[in-house]
Amino acid sequence: MSPRFEATGLSRRFGRVQALDNADFDVDAGEVVALIGDNGAGKSTLVKALTGNLDLDAGEVRFEGEPVHFATPQDASRLGIEVVHQDLALAPHLDAAQNMFLGREVMRPGVLGHLGFMDTPQMRRRSAQAFTELGSAVRSVVVPVGSMSGGQKQTVAIARAVAWADKVLFLDEPTAALGVVQTRNVLDTIKKVRDRGIAVVLISHSMPHVLEVADRVQVLRLGRRVATYRGADTSVEELVGAMTGALDPKEGAA
Amino acid sequence: MSTSTGAGTGTSTAPTASTIETTAAHGNLTDRVKAMQSVWILGVLVVIVAVFGVMSPSTFLTTGNLTNIAQNVSIWAVLAVGMTFVIITSGIDLSVGSVLVVSSVVSAKVMESMGDSGWTTALVGLALAVVVGIFWGALNGFLVARAKVPPLIVTLGTLSVALGVAQILTGGLDIRSAPQVLQDNIGYGRLAGIPAITIIALVVVVLGGIMLHRTRFGRYTYAIGSNETSARRVGINVDRKLVQIYALSGFLAGIAGILSLAQYGTTTIAGQSLTNLNVIAAVVIGGTSIFGGQGSMFGSMVGLFIPAVLQSGFVIVGVSPYWQTVAVGSILITAVYVDQHRRAAAVRGG
Repeated sequence: MSPRFEATGLSRRFGRVQALDNADFDVDAGEVVALIGDNGAGKSTLVKALTGNLDLDAGEVRFEGEPVHFATPQDASRLGIEVVHQDLALAPHLDAAQNMFLGREVMRPGVLGHLGFMDTPQMRRRSAQAFTELGSAVRSVVVPVGSMSGGQKQTVAIARAVAWADKVLFLDEPTAALGVVQTRNVLDTIKKVRDRGIAVVLISHSMPHVLEVADRVQVLRLGRRVATYRGADTSVEELVGAMTGALDPKEGAA
Repeated sequence: MSTSTGAGTGTSTAPTASTIETTAAHGNLTDRVKAMQSVWILGVLVVIVAVFGVMSPSTFLTTGNLTNIAQNVSIWAVLAVGMTFVIITSGIDLSVGSVLVVSSVVSAKVMESMGDSGWTTALVGLALAVVVGIFWGALNGFLVARAKVPPLIVTLGTLSVALGVAQILTGGLDIRSAPQVLQDNIGYGRLAGIPAITIIALVVVVLGGIMLHRTRFGRYTYAIGSNETSARRVGINVDRKLVQIYALSGFLAGIAGILSLAQYGTTTIAGQSLTNLNVIAAVVIGGTSIFGGQGSMFGSMVGLFIPAVLQSGFVIVGVSPYWQTVAVGSILITAVYVDQHRRAAAVRGG
């Protein structure tokens, strides 16, 4: 059976910089794949290319075995692929429920809905439910997101992505700005989402976090995948070695 | 750490659905009003009214005077509805006064040429004013959204161009004719003692408020002003929304053009040069942030009444009305200063 989401031979050049150089990637349903690499290794470029945020010079992306092309992020969303960007992309003046449903508002039934009226109670209820399921620290879905703590904002962004990601969830540095407890919550959330059968792709610089949640770790260096390890069988030393090129690992080890 | 321990930690810190606030404290109208930026400025308005009321109860607090004040703000109120939408997107529309003028000029010219003073002529005039208004508004929106020229520059440009067009069409001379039905029914008409023009403005304001606060269109208006990138990422067609929002502002300037014609019986080519700034000041005093993402229709209306009440009050208590502009300017700066601090406090979690 083909993987949930895979890419082969992705290339993208920015001027003289070869950001992606024949890179491969794959993630399966109900699996957490960590994507690691030094700064400039091409992690963010890869995620952008896989989620319709960036055009490719070459390469093929396949979703559940079928070749796909995403011209916009919405094309990816339509297939159940969501991204939590590093900058979270929340509207600070809107509340958590409004952010959760932004662009996907639930409308009132009948004529009122056609006139543009929204079903606010339903959106609030469903948002509250989503936060509860994630065990989040968000206490209110009706205060502006801008007044929340970093961790709460992070939760809102993740909850929004999780709510719409039926198939694949990308998380770009989700724990970078968080404290210990909030990081804990995010890692637990990743496991819960995986256990629902969703493919999770985690980009992180934190090796302990990667080792805790990742089923597989794919290492990028100079725009290509240089190694894949099973999360259970690898170590911080091995990962760092592969990232920096100190080790010369064999592609496809796992 | 094992998964089960992790999940345990998650559950212990997790609020249940019932403890996540979904309506509490924001459910009823009073609390919602209290939470708004504009509430303290409403206090300012109440104080101003109270002071004049105490100083001159027999003249200031009369139905006649209050009606008069309401009538004076009616046309600006129509413009302020559109301006509130535009400013919430973090834009600005300096062209409203000129668009009002050019709409009323085109409309008056055609109505004049039709010769009679009946409702048919008036309705043709209204339709024309609205079409002209939408044209200029959509042009603003197109230049802002597609050509990526900053709104301040775009609308400063169309302010000049639209006024110039109005002057070319008329040779700079006001057209002193408006259908009698318009003047009689709209300009001087009253319903239950309330000026017709005020009732029309009230309807526009209420519809605008519902649109802003209750519909998806309004939600996207806030989203664009709050974080345009995030609005684009979730698939909102930001460019099209911006064109619609500026077109709405132009549409309302067209309506205001007809109302102005009805009220004064003449076009006001030279009389609208400060209209844009007065409307912007009112909207901003009312708590709408020029940085976008924040504001309310209610606040804009409060912001509109402060200058009008001061004007009327100063005249009645015998203070030179020139002090009104001094007071309004000071309130504008104070209002923004206070809002900034409240906002900073909110971000700090205070």
